[in-house]
Amino acid sequence: MTETAQIQLPEDKPLDIAGRTYQSRLLVGTGQYHDLMETGHAIETSGAEIVTVAVRRTNIGQNPDEPNLLDVVNPDTYTILPNTAGCYTAKDAVRTCKLARELLDGHDLVKLEVLGDQKTLYPNMPETLVAAEELIKDGFKVMVYCSDDPLLALRLEEMGCVAVMPLGAPIGSGLGIQNRYNIRLIVENASVPVLVDAGVGTASDAAIAMELGCDGVLMNTAIAKARDPIKMAHAMRLAIEAGREAYLAGRMPKKLYASASSPIDGTFF
Amino acid sequence: MQIQLNGEAMELPEATTVAGLIERLELTGKRLAVELNEDIVPRSQHPDITLNDGDRVEVVHAIGGG
Repeated sequence: MTETAQIQLPEDKPLDIAGRTYQSRLLVGTGQYHDLMETGHAIETSGAEIVTVAVRRTNIGQNPDEPNLLDVVNPDTYTILPNTAGCYTAKDAVRTCKLARELLDGHDLVKLEVLGDQKTLYPNMPETLVAAEELIKDGFKVMVYCSDDPLLALRLEEMGCVAVMPLGAPIGSGLGIQNRYNIRLIVENASVPVLVDAGVGTASDAAIAMELGCDGVLMNTAIAKARDPIKMAHAMRLAIEAGREAYLAGRMPKKLYASASSPIDGTFF
Repeated sequence: MQIQLNGEAMELPEATTVAGLIERLELTGKRLAVELNEDIVPRSQHPDITLNDGDRVEVVHAIGGG
């Protein structure tokens, strides 16, 4: 028996969120692009099937014929994931989700994020737990942005969240996955999808998240604020696929010292 | 009568409905959601719900976000 045959390789299951399966494990946001055309092009190139949007006051009195985001990101083509970005209390987050459900004709999949402070945009976990409970009771399917605490992630799953989404690093920081061991622990414990949400800066960060066994990655700024967002959208697509394949393949063990890859026998010198 | 629309005061004729307000804003047929005094007004009820003086109305839509 070979060494690899003895190691239990992870099973390749399609990404399943709230009973729907997805081919792409890359989820993207729609903020910070130059215009809606760039938004649409980047999303298409990324191959993402789940796309986040924010809910905001309509500008009264301004050009009512202004193109709408949902014309570019068609809800018939994409799974729209409304977020509660900008909410600092459970109450505001719940209100936002209810408005989103009305906006999207009863669509009840939401990304819950309740923020703690403006400097770090870290999740306020006590308020997040309160909001999650209320939303789940009201029939929402909650994908929850959370801290990378394995116990809290498990708690959110037990409450009925359909996916847990720990941050890799603060929102918009591009610092990459700061606590790989926690992400790994969350993945090990979870029986709902775990997605790294926030903190990814470049393709290798996304690949690392996937190599850790995450089910997907949600990102926005890393693509939108790249110098060439369309090229970065493609890079991210490849990184997510590469990271996933590497996770499924099972990486070689790390060793402290070298181990020759060419045979030592048969040398002629 | 006066309502608060998206945080700003607005004068409206008596007995204006939610649908009437949307029409006045030239937003009829747009994808939006309406909240009246922090309760959702389902689209199907827009023609039936009449606004009152002092009502707080929010009209929202989807924009880019992460």
